[in-house]
Parts: sequence; C-alpha cells; structure tokens
Amino acid sequence: MFESFIAHKLSWLSGEGPESNIVFSSRIRLARNISDFPFPSQATIIQNLKILSKIKSAYSDIKGLEDSIFVDMDTLSSLDKQFLLERHLISQEHTIDSKGKGLIVSRKEDISIMINEEDHIRLQTVTSGLDLKKCWTTLSDIDNELNNRVSYSFLADLGYLTSCPTNLGTAMRASCMLHLPALILTKRINKILELLARIFFTARGLFGEGTQAFGNFFQISNQVSLGLSEEEIIDNLIGVVKQVKDQELGARETLMKKYKVSLEDNVWRALGILKNCRLINSKEALSHLSILSLGCDLGIIKDIDILNYGQVKKIINSLFITVQPAHLQKIQGKSIKEEEERDFIRAALLRERLEETIE
Amino acid sequence: MLCNICHKNKATVHLTEIINDKVVELHICQVCAQLKTEELSEQMNMSDFLGGLAGDIDGHEEVYSLKCPSCGLLYGEFKKKGRLGCGECYSFFRKQLLPLLKKIHSSIRHVGKTPKAVDKKIAVKATIKELKLSLSRAINLEEYEEAARLRDIIKDLEEKEE
Repeated sequence: MFESFIAHKLSWLSGEGPESNIVFSSRIRLARNISDFPFPSQATIIQNLKILSKIKSAYSDIKGLEDSIFVDMDTLSSLDKQFLLERHLISQEHTIDSKGKGLIVSRKEDISIMINEEDHIRLQTVTSGLDLKKCWTTLSDIDNELNNRVSYSFLADLGYLTSCPTNLGTAMRASCMLHLPALILTKRINKILELLARIFFTARGLFGEGTQAFGNFFQISNQVSLGLSEEEIIDNLIGVVKQVKDQELGARETLMKKYKVSLEDNVWRALGILKNCRLINSKEALSHLSILSLGCDLGIIKDIDILNYGQVKKIINSLFITVQPAHLQKIQGKSIKEEEERDFIRAALLRERLEETIE
Repeated sequence: MLCNICHKNKATVHLTEIINDKVVELHICQVCAQLKTEELSEQMNMSDFLGGLAGDIDGHEEVYSLKCPSCGLLYGEFKKKGRLGCGECYSFFRKQLLPLLKKIHSSIRHVGKTPKAVDKKIAVKATIKELKLSLSRAINLEEYEEAARLRDIIKDLEEKEE
C-alpha cells in the first residue's frame, strides 16, 4: 500500500512559504471526542469500531477531504505503519494495538485525521514555512464541518474534553519544525530549550527518540491549551518561533564570521561523504544532510546554479524523509530486514540523488 | 554474542520486552542498555508527572477508589495512567482535577472556540446542570470558597444563555 505516496513530494517539505529556510513547516492538531462514548483507551473494541465507522461515514463530503483515503490501521503491515510514521501522518501510539484505529489522509497529505488514537479524533493540518494562520483557517473549517456531522464532548467552562488533561480546553497543539544546525554547532541550543520550557513551550527533537535531535530538527509547540484562545496560542507560538529563528540566524552569522574555514570544511566534508559513501545509517545521513542544507543556505556550496537553488533545497529536504528505513524499503518495493543492506541502499540513493543536482 | 542494537559490542545485558503483544528477547551491550534506560524513563515521564501533581492534592487514600459512574474508571487508575476514561470523568472527578488543571495550564476557564450553535446550547445546559450538582456538593461539605466560585460561573453561563 501507499506506493503512490512515494512519487509525490511532501508539500510541507517544499521549501516554500514564509521563513522556510529555517522554519520548514507549521502544523496544528486538534483533539476531539464524540459525546456519549468513552475515550478510546477506556472503550471496548466494539465501541471503538462504532466510532471508526461513524467517522468513516461522516468525512467524505467535507471540503478538503473529498479525494482523501481512509485506512483501517488493522489491515496494515508494520512496514506500512512505519512508513506513515516517517511521513508524520501518524504517531508512534497509532502503530500499536491497531484494532479499531483508523486514518484519513488527504491526497496532498496536508490534512489528516487519526481515529481512536488517544482521543476519538486527532485532526491535523500541515503547511510549508511559518504559516500557522493558514493551518488554523483550514483546520477550523474542517472541524466545523465534522461537528455538523458528529457531536463533540464539551463543557462550557473546561472546553473540549480530552483523554489527557494536558490537552483540555482548546485541545490544540500548534507546532513548527525548525532546522537549527548553527545553534547546535555553537552549543547555544540548550540555553534556548531551557528558556522555552520556562515560558511553557516544548521543544523536542524531530527524528530520534525523546530529546535527541538527528538532523538538527526541533519541533516547538505550545504546552498550555486551556485559558487561552486558539488565536492567542498561535500568536504566542509565532512570536517564540520568530525569536528562535533570529537566534539561529545570529548563530549562522557568528559561524560565518568567526569559524568560516571550519564551517566550510564541515560542509564540504558532508557533501563528500554523501556523494561517496557506500554504507551509511540514517542517523549519519541526516546529520550530513543537515550540514549540507546549511551550506546551501549560506552560499558555501557555490557550484549550484542560482536558478536551481530551490530545486536543490527541495531534493535535500525530501532526502531527510526518504533516507529513513521504511521509505527506503518502500522505494525498493520490498521489506529489507538486514540493516547493512539498508545502509548500502541508502548510500546508493544519496549518491544518485546528489549526483543529479550538484556538480 | 553481539549487541542486537549496535551490532558492534558484546551483549552483556539481557532484556525481555513485550512489543505488540509479542515477547521479544533483547541482548544488548552496556552502552545501548544505558540509552534504552533513558528512553524508558522518558516514556514514563508524562504519567509520573501527572500522578505527582495530583498526588500533592489528593490527601486521602479513599479518593483512589472513587469510580466514574459512566465509564467505570477508578481515580487510582487515572493517577497511574494519566488518562481519563470519558467526558463524564471531568464532572465526576471535578474536585480532584481542578487543582491539577490549574497547575498544568495556570487556568481553569476555557476561552477558545466552542462547538456550533446547536451543540453549544446543549453543552451550556449540560454544564450548568453539572455545575449546580458540584455547587450543592460543595455547600454540603461547607467548602464555601469553591461554592462561591461555582455560583459565579453558573451565573455567568446563565446570563450568556439568555
């Protein structure tokens, strides 16, 4: 399944949109529960299947979801689930105990609904660059349409009711994915993460578990969902993300001023490895791609025709996703159990893609 | 035997994990074991954290055996898992949850989007009914501060309704 997904590039990695050099994408998700049903973890399988079919029959004529596909998670192989996880369409939690769980995803993969994850409905939209307001407009419209078809669990003083009290109220989590290689290289990142936590924002590594951040990607999101309106949450996040972006720009400037040669060395070495490797694991690939991307942003890699800059960035961006294990296996059209074989194929893919682009 | 994770070092730690209902044997090295432990402790954070917060305010052990009449979730289970069982849990465990919510969000008043008009009326009516129940419970327990707070919210909602 999903072979057709590989062919089209993820729109949120297009490298377009405001501030997209550093802020790769914006994402908002809403949690909703249907009234008079227990939340998924407390419900019986039969109740969860009922919710699944309720939503399945409700979504198809909603604007924006007309040509989306519906997936019964229970019918998927573990490779398919991993693939969806790598594309950020589902969460880790959604890959386990799949009975009664579902996914609706629009053709452009910019709108998706997880059914019976932690809550009955987890509705999300994603877009390229820093554009949370666009995400919110789209999302809120779909939320209203869905609400015309199913009734939500809601209390006037506590807002939308969610399985975990940390999501209560607006039940909204807005986030931006930021590429912060210079803050890592200059070791300023920890200070920033500490400050973010102090003002109730969460930052976590995008790839890898917990606080590890392979490829220098971080996801910054609001922690508080009750007592603020959706617009306030979004405005606050935009403010914070712009701050972090400016810090990254400042760090890039420092690198170029004070450590130019060593930075250039890093960038050329990264390109050298990516273009010549024969075995490479995903962690190493992500870290070199990150430095290469930084090198492009700072004009260190000059051989790239200026007209092709956007195209090159797009190729690098899409490689961040395609070097991951499930994507490699999907591209090969088979499951590959041996890690070394995947490392071999990953190296070949990187050489091939980068050969086409950079002379 | 080599480590199942890094395939480089000698496996000295032997773990049994349950993944997707299947028992998986892991033989890993010291370094990967350390990483694994960190990963596990991170996974536990959320419910520990919620449990910890709630722990400060529960007071008596009896509250653990409070049971939501709608979904059957025990308050003790919520403390362990950090998740509620249904929408009614918020009304039934309201007294225990409010201080927790205040700690998490610094607020206990929703100001965001509300469901569509039709739904909204029903929701407001249901909320007022719930709040009145909580109010009479508070008065019975002589918790006058809480009662005054509830009375204000009810008044506010009733005015909006008209």
